Amino acid sequence: MEWLIAIVIGTLTSAGVYLTLRARTFPVVVGLTLLSYAVNVFLFAMGRLTIGQPGVIDANALGYADPLPQALVLTAIVIAFAITAFLIVLALKSRGELGNDHVDGLTVDLDEEVIHLKGTKS
Amino acid sequence: MMQLTAVPLLIPLVMSFVLLLARMQGIQLQRILNLIVVTLLIVVSSVLVNNSLSGEYQVYLLGNWQAPFGIVLVLDQLSALMLLITSILALGALWYAIKTKADENGSHFHVLFQLQLLGLNGAFMTGDLFNLFVFFEVLLLASYGLILHGSGAQRTKASLHYVIINLIGSTLFLFAVGALYGILGTLNMADLASKIAILPAENQAVVAAAGLLLLVVFGIKAAMFPLYLWLPAAYANTSAPVAALFAIMTKVGIYSIIRVHGTLFSEGAGELAYYYLPWILALGLITLILASLGVMAARGLREQVAYLVLASIATLLIGIGLNSPAALSATFYYLIHSTLIAGAMFLLADVIARGRGTFEDKFISAPSMPSAILVGSIFIFAAIAMIGMPPFSGFLGKLLILSAALEHAWYTVIVTVIMISSLLLIISMARSGSLLFYKTQTVTSETIQTGEPLNKSALMSVVGLLSAAVILVIFANPITDYTQQIAQQQFNSSNYIQAVLSATAITE
Repeated sequence: MEWLIAIVIGTLTSAGVYLTLRARTFPVVVGLTLLSYAVNVFLFAMGRLTIGQPGVIDANALGYADPLPQALVLTAIVIAFAITAFLIVLALKSRGELGNDHVDGLTVDLDEEVIHLKGTKS
Repeated sequence: MMQLTAVPLLIPLVMSFVLLLARMQGIQLQRILNLIVVTLLIVVSSVLVNNSLSGEYQVYLLGNWQAPFGIVLVLDQLSALMLLITSILALGALWYAIKTKADENGSHFHVLFQLQLLGLNGAFMTGDLFNLFVFFEVLLLASYGLILHGSGAQRTKASLHYVIINLIGSTLFLFAVGALYGILGTLNMADLASKIAILPAENQAVVAAAGLLLLVVFGIKAAMFPLYLWLPAAYANTSAPVAALFAIMTKVGIYSIIRVHGTLFSEGAGELAYYYLPWILALGLITLILASLGVMAARGLREQVAYLVLASIATLLIGIGLNSPAALSATFYYLIHSTLIAGAMFLLADVIARGRGTFEDKFISAPSMPSAILVGSIFIFAAIAMIGMPPFSGFLGKLLILSAALEHAWYTVIVTVIMISSLLLIISMARSGSLLFYKTQTVTSETIQTGEPLNKSALMSVVGLLSAAVILVIFANPITDYTQQIAQQQFNSSNYIQAVLSATAITE
């Protein structure tokens, strides 16, 4: 199971990094979401992977599952969720104001060649 | 004695909700309430600074959970000082926002302002690494709202970069926190430090990597090379009061490096002791060179001030990198100076931009602005203080850092870089001052005067913040005594660890 989790985290992270480096806002948002998934699974695994163990309360059990990473992941999920929502709205706003969805606010023609910087004239 | 430790968090938290409700009564009520609250915060943090003078650590156990099981707030001299600087800067920025009616350009300015203060105060007081992450997010979310306050395509573009890079920073922060927790099994900074001291050698590499990952995160906040590229655009394009308040935001990164790395990887950390310092010193020097070039190349005053902020950050990083009590004391002195003066400079840049009308703050010849002599005199004063020429506090701060650098092995490089960058700053500020104030066009029918008349009551906050440059010099002796105490306390991190871990819960 450790191998599987490690591969999942690695795949999510590399996909997230690749997408974050893209030039348009939508892939960047998706990339950041993937990165936050990766870090959530990573935090979870940092409490060590255990199966069938109770939380700290059972006195008769031989071991217990670490309850703290779950609290950390919950906080991280909420925060990442809120900021992703904010980022999507901001990306839409910048699409409306700059006239395109390029992260640098550049207008790009079909050959992906930069023509001119928009939004500087205001 | 009454526990005041949690008050700097409770006031902004409660008041942000009150301000949200007060919105129905109109913006005037929000303004008055916000002014009262920020003044109250100055009073509270002054009391806390006074309390901390004894050198005692005031540990507040949230929910009465003993450390390291619960989250702790720790108030020592450094935290108290940061709280005081924040609230003073906040009053200056808020007064300017109210007097220029900049808070009317969008909704919820006052609410976001208080939430920003909550995040800042929390980051300065928490003794828990994950809690630091949470307060970072609080202050970032508020800052996302504030940086977009008002409108404009350029502002949206700069904000998008700002949000994305900080989101990446947050993710890296979580990776670092997770790695530290996975190895050490705790998140309390004092407990982390005591666990690192007895760390088996095979785990040191992971902890070292996590520590450097944290340095990247704080480097993004502090705008350290090569992570500073978001700063000039973001600060130059946002509204003036927000930019002034953000002068403290970069200092959060500096504070976190001193607090987290200074505690976790101090003398007691065995092989990991101070392993991060060469990075900070080298990157600080590179940042300083690039910031000086940026100051020279800036096309407008606000962009120039943003690069000046970067230069002051670089100087602070060098001060941390020197790693001696004298250097750290000088760093704190320079930190007080640079935060307040940078805030004043952003406000002054806005005053000038308003006076020049359609020419804004661009470095091109324009008709003379209203009350040019008064504004120009203030500009000379601010520029001299900012770039560190005598007789004001910037000079004294740089002098202290330079004299501390003489004992360091790299002192030729450090002194040369600081001296040359100061020269570059002097040249470029002289050039921008003469372009803005001397090289004016005569007003003819074609070049009509488009600037607003000078807003004297808004100018008061510029003058108020700038007076710090004089006060810091007049009271240099007691203030440097205080910063030396802070530096000593910072170096004795074993006292910090003991104070936090031995704090007992209140029993009935």
